[in-house]
Amino acid sequence: MDALVYLIPTSLALGGIGLLAFVWSLRHRQYEDPKGDAERILNAEWDDHPKP
Amino acid sequence: MSAIFEQEDMRMQASACPACVAAPSAERLAAAAAPKDARLMLSLPTAHCATCIVDVEHELERHPQVRSARVNLTLRRVSVDAEPGVEAADLVARLTRIGYEAHELDPDVLSATQADKRGRDILMRIGVSGFAMMNIMLLSVAVWSGAEAATRDLFHWISAAIALPTVVFAGQPFFSSAWASLKGGRLGMDVPISLAIILASSISVYETAHSGHHAYFDAAVMLTFFLLIGRYLDYRTRAVARSAAEELAALEVPRAQLLRDGQELTVPVGELVPGDLIRIRPGARVPADGEVTEGTSEMDRALLTGESLPVWAGPGSALSTGEVNLTGPLVLRVTAAGRASSLHRMADLVAAAESAKNRYTSLAERMASFYSPFVHLTAFAAFLGWLQVSGGDVRLAINIAAAVLIITCPCALGLAVPAVVTSASGKLFRKGMLIKDGTALERLAEVDTVLFDKTGTLTMGAPEPQNIADLAEGDLAVAAALAEASGHPLALALAEAARGLAVVPAAVSDLREVPGYGIEGLWQGERVRLGRADWVGAAPGEMTATHLQVGTRAPISIAFADRLRPGAEEAVRAFLAAGKTVHLVSGDTSGAVSALAARLGIAHWHAGCLPAEKAALVAALSASGARVLMVGDGLNDTAALAGAHVSISPASALDAARTASDIVLLGADLGPVADAVRVAVQARRRIKQNFAISLIYNVVAVPIAILGFATPLAAALAMSLSSVTVSLNSLRLK
Repeated sequence: MDALVYLIPTSLALGGIGLLAFVWSLRHRQYEDPKGDAERILNAEWDDHPKP
Repeated sequence: MSAIFEQEDMRMQASACPACVAAPSAERLAAAAAPKDARLMLSLPTAHCATCIVDVEHELERHPQVRSARVNLTLRRVSVDAEPGVEAADLVARLTRIGYEAHELDPDVLSATQADKRGRDILMRIGVSGFAMMNIMLLSVAVWSGAEAATRDLFHWISAAIALPTVVFAGQPFFSSAWASLKGGRLGMDVPISLAIILASSISVYETAHSGHHAYFDAAVMLTFFLLIGRYLDYRTRAVARSAAEELAALEVPRAQLLRDGQELTVPVGELVPGDLIRIRPGARVPADGEVTEGTSEMDRALLTGESLPVWAGPGSALSTGEVNLTGPLVLRVTAAGRASSLHRMADLVAAAESAKNRYTSLAERMASFYSPFVHLTAFAAFLGWLQVSGGDVRLAINIAAAVLIITCPCALGLAVPAVVTSASGKLFRKGMLIKDGTALERLAEVDTVLFDKTGTLTMGAPEPQNIADLAEGDLAVAAALAEASGHPLALALAEAARGLAVVPAAVSDLREVPGYGIEGLWQGERVRLGRADWVGAAPGEMTATHLQVGTRAPISIAFADRLRPGAEEAVRAFLAAGKTVHLVSGDTSGAVSALAARLGIAHWHAGCLPAEKAALVAALSASGARVLMVGDGLNDTAALAGAHVSISPASALDAARTASDIVLLGADLGPVADAVRVAVQARRRIKQNFAISLIYNVVAVPIAILGFATPLAAALAMSLSSVTVSLNSLRLK
């Protein structure tokens, strides 16, 4: 049962990372234009270097 | 003073109902006029793919003064960041040149960011409760599979540490709404929800402190999670409808051309006062009531009165707000603007009709009013019963009461309506209909009588020449040449029809438009005229017509009939086939109305109706027990639209009509209307099925809970099973 000491915090921390990622995506308006983002990935324009 | 009050009023309206944002605010326009960096918003109705995004953004960024442009494909808009002085018209022209339709939007009317904040808020709560639910569930599974003593207590404590902050944060929408309904002396659905969440959490904390076997942390959080999803779907439906309604409103930027000291100024309509002189260009809408002082033209009054025939206007004619100037420029002396104008008197009529209409009680509200007391009474009875049976064991009694509350708590009920409405309105949106109000679907399902307006609704308000095949070839060529030179709707229609017959226009020289009368020119040395009957010397007839005179020969009349809106015939036929009573009401002459009624097979028709008479007809039909669907587009329909059980207007309708109606038809086709009724009937059936599913689940689960056999595992299973069943049932909508 000693494993629980590591396993529980680990599972909580992993879940917490997921939650933080969700909060970040929400704060940075990642859900503003889902359809546009799905199409933009097909665009090869900035494949070689990032947009300045 | 009064101007300030009007501004205040408009701002209040704007917050009260989203579609009213259309109301012009002087302040808004003033702010827009101030020199600053331009943030422009264009609507892109045809953009749909990756190539469109790239084309539009590149083309706009090629403009030297544009800093950046970003397409939002979901909303079909592009927002442009540019240096001051960039005009939306330039950008629209650029996009049109590369083949993209674009329209300027008034960014101040689009309060999307503000609305989005609420959506993000609910999403955040869903995310947090989802995270908490999954973690607590992991720990709960361990307890359910047999963790004992200290291990179980530890798991319960960790669950408590996660659940309590989550419930406090994520449950807020329910708590505040429950509190509001309690203060109002009502028992809304949120009261038992809040009670269940709070009771489940506090009981569990108490049990954990006393090393109890059962803790309901997972149930409390799961309840929050599922119900928040229902909330979010509900919110999304309304937000999508609102943003589209805002977009329609933002397309019209209400301004007037004011003539002052020989200069022409563009001012907001709200600033006009009686006595001002304003110029009305051909094609523009009259912004205020007034009297013509200069110029002659013809006015299209179809939106106001339903008349399909243009009316002549010259010095001394009185014009009403909302009429459209067709041919010549006019100067108008304002006699009434703002509150006093005829447009505003019409709005008063709408307000009266709306207050007369009884507030509709939705299925969900009816369900809640019956279900909410039932839940409380059952839980309370369980508490008293167990207190009696156990001989005063309060802890046991409260535990069982909490179990009953959690089990009866309407997880599935919370999803029953929003899931169906989301699915149905998504379906209708793809067919080109926008549901502005959640209960509109339910009301649409009850309709048994359909009232159609004529001009602009069943017909396009666009004339079509009837007898050009009878014209001699030479005459037709002359008529085509004359028609090509004019912007009058009859002339445009004639020119188009002539092009359709591959007529080569005759060589007519010295073309000259006489505003308000017609167009004349010289052909083979003879004077030729196309225009009003009295001007060319013909006898005016009953039908809409234009007249051609070649030299001194007798004038020939070319008759026009209004073109049917595509899908109008199908819609009327579908309604008749479904056994609904169909009426045709119009402000037009009885000749035009009866002809259309006969053509479409409508038995009941009413011609020459004033706006108040249309509303009275709706009221009379409603009083006799009919559920009326009104389909109309004009100002003269607005009161009837507001008074009907449910109403639909096309996107081409005036703002006021769109505001008053529950459903907006986005395309030109009227066909989806009949389909909408079918989808609505089906949606209502699904909602009732969903209610039945949640009730059946209660019938099974409640006795178990009351008898004290319910465990947290059973509650969790039942709750998720019923929610999933309800959601899947909603997706079955065809």
